[in-house]
Amino acid sequence: MEIFSGLLQGFAVALTPVNIMWCFIGCFLGTIVGILPGLGPPATIAMLLPLTFQMNPTSAVIMLAGIYYGAKYGGSTTSILLNVPGESASVVTCLDGYQMARNGRGGAALGIAAIASFIAGTFGVIMLMLVAPPLAKFALAFSSPEYFALMCMGLAMVVLLAGKSMVKALLAMLVGLWIAGMGTDLFTAESRFTFGQAELLDGIDFVVVAIGVFALGEVLGNMETREGVAMLPVPKGLRNLLPNVEELKACRFAFLNGSVVGFIIGILPGAGSTVASFISYGIEKAVSKHPEKFGTGVPEGVAAPEGANNAETGGAMVPMLTLGIPGSGTTAILLAAFILWGLKPGPLMIQDNPELFWGLVASMYIGNVILLILNIPLIPLFAQILKLPQYVLYPIIFGISVVGVYSVSDSLFDLSLLTFFGLLGYCMRKLDYPQAPLILGLVLGDAMERALRQSLMMSQGDLSILVSRPLSAGMLVLTALVLAVPMFRKANAWRMKAID
Amino acid sequence: MNRGEVVSGVVLAALGGYIVSEAAHWEYLGPDGPGPGFFPLWYGAAMIVLSAVLVVQNFLAKATVAGRPVNWREVGRVLIVWAGFAVSVALLKVLGFILSFGLFVLFMVAGMYRRPLRVAISVAVGCAAGFYLVFPFALDVRLPIGVLGF
Repeated sequence: MEIFSGLLQGFAVALTPVNIMWCFIGCFLGTIVGILPGLGPPATIAMLLPLTFQMNPTSAVIMLAGIYYGAKYGGSTTSILLNVPGESASVVTCLDGYQMARNGRGGAALGIAAIASFIAGTFGVIMLMLVAPPLAKFALAFSSPEYFALMCMGLAMVVLLAGKSMVKALLAMLVGLWIAGMGTDLFTAESRFTFGQAELLDGIDFVVVAIGVFALGEVLGNMETREGVAMLPVPKGLRNLLPNVEELKACRFAFLNGSVVGFIIGILPGAGSTVASFISYGIEKAVSKHPEKFGTGVPEGVAAPEGANNAETGGAMVPMLTLGIPGSGTTAILLAAFILWGLKPGPLMIQDNPELFWGLVASMYIGNVILLILNIPLIPLFAQILKLPQYVLYPIIFGISVVGVYSVSDSLFDLSLLTFFGLLGYCMRKLDYPQAPLILGLVLGDAMERALRQSLMMSQGDLSILVSRPLSAGMLVLTALVLAVPMFRKANAWRMKAID
Repeated sequence: MNRGEVVSGVVLAALGGYIVSEAAHWEYLGPDGPGPGFFPLWYGAAMIVLSAVLVVQNFLAKATVAGRPVNWREVGRVLIVWAGFAVSVALLKVLGFILSFGLFVLFMVAGMYRRPLRVAISVAVGCAAGFYLVFPFALDVRLPIGVLGF
């Protein structure tokens, strides 16, 4: 009853014309930021923060939150249409989204991404509203051993991302771990694998590797022959540009899977939407009746990670609002904004500032509706990108890649690295090495090493700390089960062969 | 036998060897727990083992599986595009993004896709102008600036 009256109060705040306008502006800016690779929500919110000092804090947080979840909606566009992941969480969307675009279902993929984002985003808000305080306590029970186990679970997804060869997938993941290890060691300040280059002391940004390996690797692969001047297929008519009933039906479980996984992982500080998107994709593939089709353009392969990516937003708000602990770069900046406005996120946040908390929750409902209305009509417009001849489209992808990397780091050295990773991406394609495990290793490697070392410091080198705590032991058992999936499949195939 | 897989396996084994040799210089276990050499030593060793598995798998399968022949003409075309891109990146410091990118587009359209020069120039100018209008002008996103000031 308390929740219901709070929500009513929230809608009364969020539905004022001024707050609807700020919500729309936030969602619109977020969509643009999401589409442009490199320019992420943390940078945009940081840039706009000074402008919000004169605003009412409730309106300001409604707009900034709109940028946060709006960017998640927009992030899928370049992944699907150009194979250019703008942020780490969009990497998984490339796997099936871009293949759908190549099969003439680019519009449908964008539609599925928007619908999954809407469903999962709304689910995230409902859960934020209902279970924020108890779940925040659960997140606090996570210490280094649990994080290590979670990262192991994320890395175990490599077995589900592997193509024809598990060995190649594991090798790609190890290369990702190596790249993640470059730079200054956080514990001892030792520089590792820097080849004497001062620019490598800060490590290599994920954006450089992901854009190089995915976008440039793909374009270089398509440049092998000049005959490929034919355009990518775009079906005619609005109906053919949107997902059909069969595709939506195939995504039923993916919508739910993405929503739940995304929200739960979002609550855990530091885990982030990347882990959520990889795990939800892995689960989707593991339970699918046709796992072999993943990576060839199946709609579930878009719906699950996109849903997880968006539900994570609601989850990430839980520790930030109820404990004052930011779980990601964006929520860290939002937390700074709260403090600048004179508010104190924490256990008393809902009690002390009900108007702001419930206004934000209600605005997120409204924002998700705005984003769906904003994104679906834009699909035909975005799909026109695929109609560009390759001799125009490919140079544009090269240009967007350069802008995406430079806007993140302002570094010409990073552009040289981009060139190198582009060639690496092409070689990986040519030699049938899957690219997603490399990104998985890169994204999780640093956090995994940190969690392992912190755990062993806690136990003075005793490895049993990883299995003596119920949560971490449970997750390690799950990891072992995930790793055993290919063996079960192989054994099953042999059994069927023997029966035949 | 797939020669590409064998070569990549050898290269990755060498990388694994390099990682292990570097990690050996760093502390493995200290009084406060694992040192900077702990994690790299393990994944470096795993890389060597898995590369060896990949190579051995290929030798064992030599009688049954033949690798796809490499079309060096196609690879050469890709390397030319890549070299063109690398040169345009190297020129960013001198020419700036707009000019360097325009020249790269010209090279791609006229050189690699063999479009008429008139078309190539139009696409190059259009792309460079479009990028300038969208990024630095409309969105205030910084792009590399050359000696000419743009």
